[in-house]
Amino acid sequence: MPDLLIELFSEEIPARMQAGAREALRQRVTDGLVEAGLTYGHARAWSTPRRLVLAIEGLSARSPDLKEERKGPRVDAPEKALEGFLRSTGLTKDQLEARDDKKGQVWIAVIDKPGRDAAEIVAEVLEGVIRSFPWPKSMRWGAGSLRWVRPLQSILCLLTTEAGAEVVPLDIDGIRAGDTTRGHRFMAPEPFRVTGFEDYAVRLKRARVMLDQDERAEQIWHDATNAAFAQGLEVVEDKGLLTEVAGLVEWPVVLMGAIGEAFLDLPPEVLQTSMKEHQKFFSVKDPKTGRIVRFVTVANRETADNGETILKGNGKVLSARLSDAAFFWGNDLAVAKAGMEDWRDALTHVTFQSALGSQADRIARIAALAREIAPMVGADPDLAEQAAKVAKLDLASQMVYEFPELQGLMGRYYAAAAGLPAEVAEACALHYKPLGPSDEVPTAPVSVAVALADKLDTLTGFWAIDETPTGSKDPFALRRAALGVIRLVLVNGLRVALNTSVTAIFQARMIMEATDQERPEFQSALFAALLNKNKGDFLGLAQAKSADLLSFFHDRLKVHLRAEGIRHDVIDACLAMPCNDDLTLLVNRAQSLNAVLTTEDGENLVQGFKRANNILTQAEEKDRVEYSFGADRKFADDPAEAALFDALDAAEAAIGPAMEAEDFAKAMAAMAALRAPIDAFFEAVQVNSDNEIIRRNRLNLLHRIRATCGSVADLTRIDG
Amino acid sequence: MSDGKPRSFQEIILRLQTYWASKGCAILQPYDMEVGAGTFHPATTLRSLGTRPWAAAYVQPSRRPTDGRYGENPNRMQHYYQYQVLIKPSPPDLQELYLGSLAAIGIDFDYHDIRFVEDDWESPTLGAWGLGWEVWCDGMEVSQFTYFQQVGGHDCHPVSGELTYGLERLAMYVLGIDHVMDMPFNDPDAPIALKYGDVFRQTEEEYSRWNFDVADTDKLLQFFEAAEAECARILDQPAEDPRSGKRIVMVHPAYDQCIKASHFFNLLDARGVISVTERQAYIGRVRALAKRCADAFVETKAGGWTGNAPEAAN
Repeated sequence: MPDLLIELFSEEIPARMQAGAREALRQRVTDGLVEAGLTYGHARAWSTPRRLVLAIEGLSARSPDLKEERKGPRVDAPEKALEGFLRSTGLTKDQLEARDDKKGQVWIAVIDKPGRDAAEIVAEVLEGVIRSFPWPKSMRWGAGSLRWVRPLQSILCLLTTEAGAEVVPLDIDGIRAGDTTRGHRFMAPEPFRVTGFEDYAVRLKRARVMLDQDERAEQIWHDATNAAFAQGLEVVEDKGLLTEVAGLVEWPVVLMGAIGEAFLDLPPEVLQTSMKEHQKFFSVKDPKTGRIVRFVTVANRETADNGETILKGNGKVLSARLSDAAFFWGNDLAVAKAGMEDWRDALTHVTFQSALGSQADRIARIAALAREIAPMVGADPDLAEQAAKVAKLDLASQMVYEFPELQGLMGRYYAAAAGLPAEVAEACALHYKPLGPSDEVPTAPVSVAVALADKLDTLTGFWAIDETPTGSKDPFALRRAALGVIRLVLVNGLRVALNTSVTAIFQARMIMEATDQERPEFQSALFAALLNKNKGDFLGLAQAKSADLLSFFHDRLKVHLRAEGIRHDVIDACLAMPCNDDLTLLVNRAQSLNAVLTTEDGENLVQGFKRANNILTQAEEKDRVEYSFGADRKFADDPAEAALFDALDAAEAAIGPAMEAEDFAKAMAAMAALRAPIDAFFEAVQVNSDNEIIRRNRLNLLHRIRATCGSVADLTRIDG
Repeated sequence: MSDGKPRSFQEIILRLQTYWASKGCAILQPYDMEVGAGTFHPATTLRSLGTRPWAAAYVQPSRRPTDGRYGENPNRMQHYYQYQVLIKPSPPDLQELYLGSLAAIGIDFDYHDIRFVEDDWESPTLGAWGLGWEVWCDGMEVSQFTYFQQVGGHDCHPVSGELTYGLERLAMYVLGIDHVMDMPFNDPDAPIALKYGDVFRQTEEEYSRWNFDVADTDKLLQFFEAAEAECARILDQPAEDPRSGKRIVMVHPAYDQCIKASHFFNLLDARGVISVTERQAYIGRVRALAKRCADAFVETKAGGWTGNAPEAAN
């Protein structure tokens, strides 16, 4: 069986696109080959800045011969119909077979589809893949119309068997597939021929190209950490940067250089960000001091002077960059020490969102809200308000203008420089968190208060102006903000009636904006339209918005809990219970229910409950009454029935106090204990007895099951 | 090609001129108007449009009023030089040709690390974009390398390859100079040796002051609007010239007005009188002019018009 080797050689492919391109090449080519009737053993793809490579082992040499049968007109159909059929199949009448069909005899054409050589199929598939390749951005070049990520220069496409190698005949807009490639752009630029993958890999390495991106990344990391270790230092890990850098070189050479004395006092985040963003350098830190003291750059070649010139040049560029950073840092510190007044002024002129006012307006709202939230999270209201007022001021600083990703982190330094309390400085850095499902959640009370206030202000604001996420569109990251609120509440075990709080926030917004005489456009943008419709029903409007936002929280919570292994039906069963806007309570309940449902008793209890509930519901519909009168023990004429009375008494006695104490595990355990008596009851008795008194009593008993279980969770929503 | 390392700023320019001349480019002179970048020269903006082949290289003095630093910053100025190469259709060996130009100015690949790092180019004022790279030499960006995909809203067919060298920065690197004003402009052994600062320090100071504090913003605004109106008026003229009876579409005079409008906008920007929201609107107005000029250019012979265009119906 032949092996296939494909190399698409181009001008430099952006590093960030290489992983996707490798996978697309592998997937699309193998899919195409399989669809055309070939099979293969194994396929692997690699990339360098200048090439995408696919090697397929054990490809079938030919696709199988096939016979295709096509049904034609009935034998007695008019001549015209037969003529048409012959034309479409390319056969003559004597080549057709007449076969019996349901409606009589019909003509059948048996068309031989001979198999095709792999080379022919590969050429066809590869051309199709190249012409429709899913690059995030592609281009044309020269006078041609072919599109590729950058000009495609050559194609190597070889089928190799023990007998030798065969070039797949393929010509795409003048690029003819061959068996040659080139090595490193500078160290081994001459073209060379290859006979198959093994030969290719060996010759390529000799020509100073390390084909495997993972091998390049490993080598970079290995050499960098070794170089650092030799000086008692550590490389700051950065997987994204490592992948990117491995995608920028074919022959990685790690070089470590010093950072000028003058810059060592810059915050480590600044050094790290500047070096990474502008130069794609790794940071090297002194573990004893935590400071960044060296950089690692990865060159694409070996040089006669062992990289000395390259390192000198890189150091020079870095100095220029860090001079800028040091300049910003100095200017910013001066503003911070003077009380940050310049930034406060500047933010009155920066629009947050046109209908939601300036950043200064936003900060004022967050500060008021943080003050309200503070007591709920155990924070000092004055500190929370103060923190909220400074937490976003760094948005006006020069450093954050240059490096937006340093927002908050710079705020912490500037708050400290301004002599503000440590809690306030900390809140500057932490109030944006958590930024995603796995990001750290703040627990310091002041930070929690500001983080919640920030996110709730954003959510209620965009809800107020009807800019809510739709489908994949969430330009203001509102899903992330909602998840942030959820995780802040859960991780800190906060007890908040979210619906009440959010309604209050909506009302506060409305009152604030309705009374803001200087900003008529601001009011109208927000609520005027809605207010007209609602004839000034402030509370009703706030409640409607709040209910909508709460269901958004619930949707995000479901996604969050599903990721934590809690079934969606379990969540639904708990969402149907009262106080479902108290997320901590809700999640406790869901976790307990989830746990109990994994036990045999729990699982079977649901069956018993549903059986009881179904019988009861049917009877209620039929009789048009509610059997909630209370069952009387004296009509229990079966021991199993009497036992159920006992069990329900015991369960109710246990569940009531447990629920009171919010001990869901205990309540659920008591509920699960009903499983055996319920099962035994259904085993032993017929609910719909001929005796109407007994029947009614049993229905009333079923109602107790429903009520008892229903006080814990809505089991009707559990699947199965 | 001259051997060894170049010794002055001008030698680097001369070597680039000689190199690209040897590769068949027409060596043009700078455009005689204030522009923000070499791309604005009609030899690039307009000639990248249409089907006719083109190959040109030139130095273009470029002005970016907001970058003025009174001649004090080591590498930031409101006036600097770009070296620009435009070849249409882009030749298959453009990367090699480009690397040859680096070798010509004394960059030895045995000692330096040259990299092509993704950088997509876009000019919102010209309604143009392309894909390519910034070229790094030892971590320093020394050129922009772009395959034009669209200019003035027109798809480029064929595609032009554009190379832009920031001459001062490149020369400082090659010559090992830390502050641009210290860079030898002519040969350091010349009887009257001049440094870059001898030529430009004073003008940097003068223009920085004028750009930032003195330029009359009301006048600039009037000039902007006048240029905008004149550009439109020129393009509104019928194609047939009543005097000569010839078909003369006046693209270049109109495009001059577009360049002027763009520069007046840059000056207004430097004076800090354009707000963030207004900025987009001004850029859009210049782009509208550039687009009209592009539309007109493809209706001229240089733009590939053959006389059979539907316009003949006029």
